[in-house]
Amino acid sequence: MPLLDRKGLKQNPFVRADVVDETAGPNVIVPWANVQDALAAKGKDQQIGVDLPNNVPYGEVLALADKLALVTIDFPAFTDGRAFTLARRLRNNGFQGVLRARGNLIADQFAYAFACGFDEVEPSEAVFARQPEEQWLAAARRITHTYQRNYGDVGNIMDQRRAARLAKEQADGK
Amino acid sequence: MYRYDQFDERFVRERVAQFRAQVKRRLDGSLSDDEFKPLRLMNGLYLQLHAYMLRIAVPYGTLASRQLRQLAVIADRYDRGYGHFTTRQNMQFNWIKLRDVPDIHSLLADVEMHCIQTSGNCIRNVTADHFAGVAADELEDPRPTAELIRQWSSLHPEFSFLPRKFKIAVTGAEHDRAAVKLHDIGLRILRHPDTHEIGYEVIVGGGLGRTPYVGKVVREFLPRRDLLAYLEAIVRVYNADGRRDNKFKARIKILVHEIGTEEFRRRVEEEFAQLDGPTINADPEEVARIAAYFAPPAYEKLPAKSNAYETHRATNPAFATWADANVFPHRVPGYAALTISLKAIGEAPGDITSGQMRLVADLAEKYSFDELRVTHLQNVVLAHVRQADLFAVWQKLCEADLATPNVGLVTDIIACPGLDYCALATARSIPIAQELSKRFADQERQKDIGPLGIKISGCINACGHHHIGNIGILGLEKNGVENYQITLGGDATENAAIGGHLGPGIDAKDVPDAIERLVDVYLAQREKGEVFIDTVRRIGVAPFKEAFVAKAPVKSKERENAVA
Repeated sequence: MPLLDRKGLKQNPFVRADVVDETAGPNVIVPWANVQDALAAKGKDQQIGVDLPNNVPYGEVLALADKLALVTIDFPAFTDGRAFTLARRLRNNGFQGVLRARGNLIADQFAYAFACGFDEVEPSEAVFARQPEEQWLAAARRITHTYQRNYGDVGNIMDQRRAARLAKEQADGK
Repeated sequence: MYRYDQFDERFVRERVAQFRAQVKRRLDGSLSDDEFKPLRLMNGLYLQLHAYMLRIAVPYGTLASRQLRQLAVIADRYDRGYGHFTTRQNMQFNWIKLRDVPDIHSLLADVEMHCIQTSGNCIRNVTADHFAGVAADELEDPRPTAELIRQWSSLHPEFSFLPRKFKIAVTGAEHDRAAVKLHDIGLRILRHPDTHEIGYEVIVGGGLGRTPYVGKVVREFLPRRDLLAYLEAIVRVYNADGRRDNKFKARIKILVHEIGTEEFRRRVEEEFAQLDGPTINADPEEVARIAAYFAPPAYEKLPAKSNAYETHRATNPAFATWADANVFPHRVPGYAALTISLKAIGEAPGDITSGQMRLVADLAEKYSFDELRVTHLQNVVLAHVRQADLFAVWQKLCEADLATPNVGLVTDIIACPGLDYCALATARSIPIAQELSKRFADQERQKDIGPLGIKISGCINACGHHHIGNIGILGLEKNGVENYQITLGGDATENAAIGGHLGPGIDAKDVPDAIERLVDVYLAQREKGEVFIDTVRRIGVAPFKEAFVAKAPVKSKERENAVA
């Protein structure tokens, strides 16, 4: 599966496995159902990531957050927006690790994924065949500023208005 | 009214360019039809029975004259010379071509308009009381709140792929003209009983459709500053927990119903408590910046009553009849709000020609501070007309067939587009409205009957709001024949109620007789000064049911026999 971030295609250092042992490689993604076993079996040089469905209670993920190098959240269909909320809840509650959106999302959702706290996207091969890298990068830049505060690091309109207001007040000598 | 600043302008222009590119990517195969569908819906573009339909947002129903003129240009250039105002204060064009849509979006952006989120499973156009800033019972103009929500909900990164559509309405008045109890979220502006601080009553989970519910109060008082964080909490809980297994159970009303108001409130408050309000909510200065655009216009100081107006009323009965039905009192002395009925006898409710749009725009410019309103009853309001000018305005309206004196009366019918346009419809609605309007056309009789709301939907999705019509008509399809169910006792106001079924469905040709029999029960039973809905409440459904089935069962029996 291709892997993209804001800069474009990147190497995927992780491999997927159902169980973890020393042959599994240094960076392993396991299914959510197997995560406890994987963490128990993990060697000291191994990093564990987990594939989440989009309906896991976020508290259960947060409880393991320190031990996880990567969390991916599934988009079973691009019209199912639950992954956006799950990512947002993890970030709101202090999750600092790498968040990856995975599955059937489309290029037109790239910017939303970043805004909700994802770092990277792993779209399906089928979608990527029709929507290659340049479409994702173009889609991410299409809307340069949005209204919602506290969603991602793009300058949002509310904060820009505030900055303009403060600058004006300063100029007016208030 | 609100004007775009440089940020709003850039945002809408970028959105136009984005959709232009999406159309191109659909045509070159980058986007599949399934992928393109929600993208076009969130840009107002539906595929209807015969053609594409484009739904244009009229935020909280407020339009400037130049905006309505631009809609007239679009009607002439890209449609068939007319448009249709909807029950959500929007405008629809029913004969649009896909290739023209990016250019239409661009024309809209030229006048600070758009089609953003007029469809799709996202937060839709925010609606508000059409007498905002006019009504005497208003605590605060709801439009600044609605505008703030419009901005906050536009292209929301987290809430653009919700389980289902999401509608928000705001009122600032005691008498609810925005149907806030029948929306996914309804906000009622109120003062805290002790601190007198302004805030919101938050109502969640109302709605019509297949399973109508009156909304539940989730927060009795929400301080104004917390609005966006609280909305974020509600929509987040819905996005995470709302049902996605069945389209017909996916609205927030079903979630609230299934888990109960208490549990829903607990989840929302738990989410809200985690949020860092100051990083989400709008600054008070930003709220004030928006509110300033809705400051009252520069009214003249006038006597409370205009002699010219009174004289015209006394000497011209046709004018007096129109004024009685279509003029609404204004809180500023010497002014009035007038409703232009788009329910001419025998015409399609809410339709307006490009010529009529231009005339209305001219009247608004000359007589009403350049601003007009679209109502969820599919009419247009000139909100601030000097009483002394009413006669001149009426004369102009007469010339354009826009002076139908029936606002709030039995022929002021709401109807969805129905099977004449809509791919979802199971029956026609517009022809039913037309027949009823002809049946009750007599002006004296309408006046005698008084306020009575008839609402017609052409399918169970209830775009014509039949559940909340004093009389509701729902068109279904039964064995290949259109069949109409009649409900009684619905109410969209602060006394919100869902109408009850009167009996088995009836044929289209029998609808006018059936409705007439219901009206006759009211006329026979009413007490002095009692309006239709109050008589229904007092005497109950039974007498109406009796009159309704008086004739209908014979027919259904005949049909049963025929089938057997």
